[in-house]
Amino acid sequence: MMRAAVLAAALLFAGAAAPLWGLDLDVHGQLKDPVLQARFEELTKQLRCLVCQNESIADSNAPLAEDLRREVREMLSAGKSDTEILDFMTARYGEFVRFKTPLEGKTLMIWGSPFLLLGLGALVIFRVTRARARMPFDDEPAPGP
Amino acid sequence: MWKFLVPMGVFLALIVLFALGLNPNRDIRALPSPLLGKPAPAFQLSDVLDPARNVSNASFQGQIYVFNAWGTWCVPCREEQETLLAIAKQGVVPIIGLNFNDDRTRAQRWLRELGNPYTAVAFDPDERVAIDWGVYGAPETFLVDQHGRVIYKYISPLTLEVWQTEFLPRIQAARRSGGA
Repeated sequence: MMRAAVLAAALLFAGAAAPLWGLDLDVHGQLKDPVLQARFEELTKQLRCLVCQNESIADSNAPLAEDLRREVREMLSAGKSDTEILDFMTARYGEFVRFKTPLEGKTLMIWGSPFLLLGLGALVIFRVTRARARMPFDDEPAPGP
Repeated sequence: MWKFLVPMGVFLALIVLFALGLNPNRDIRALPSPLLGKPAPAFQLSDVLDPARNVSNASFQGQIYVFNAWGTWCVPCREEQETLLAIAKQGVVPIIGLNFNDDRTRAQRWLRELGNPYTAVAFDPDERVAIDWGVYGAPETFLVDQHGRVIYKYISPLTLEVWQTEFLPRIQAARRSGGA
């Protein structure tokens, strides 16, 4: 009973705090155009914050993430396309800044390796089962006289 | 034969992978700079010490220079300052500072108290120039050759050892290849 009450209180607090964090991260304010704001949210989710490397710049409150959000916002207002904005970031911070790895020659290994491993696994299973199938059933009683 | 070679090959591949991936000397946060071999981003900012004075890398054209990004909020920069002062004393190449995301008064106090190794220190409070250079932490140090190309980037505090093994040979090579 006690535990349930604590849990409920914790959830309540978390729920109340979440929108506050959201507001806190958007100190420069929302873009007036809802279409631009939607693109802003989508783009900042795709860009890695390089200070806290597993967070996107949409989620991070590091000063760098805040300044990069400002750059994205300014470029969107200036009418830049998504590709131009992603290229701007890649030219400065390298491919690592993008959470969505593009499919290119040098990233072929990243995209291909899961399929390669899947194929290898299938091959191993195929060979093992075939070898097993060829084995004699040694638990069957030997034909009696 | 294959029964032995295949697992052995896989095992060796794993050893190589782990040796590369788990090397304790490798800084997993240090990223290769896409700027290497490319022209250094141009900037023009005011000087930390004298707001009326401009600092621009155009005035270092034709010269090899070191570009060091720092801030008073950066603890390792304090430790690096001593190395920078020693490097400045050698007088090999000018050091341009980029003070970013900082407060002018605090930056001035830092330079007064710890000493100033910089030929000029640019003041970049809103981090725009730092972003152009792909700076994501501090300290970060770039080496720019006489053709204005970024030839090396070092992330984390400089030490005299790094200066001797990474910077000086590159400076000498750039000088030998012609120009200033």
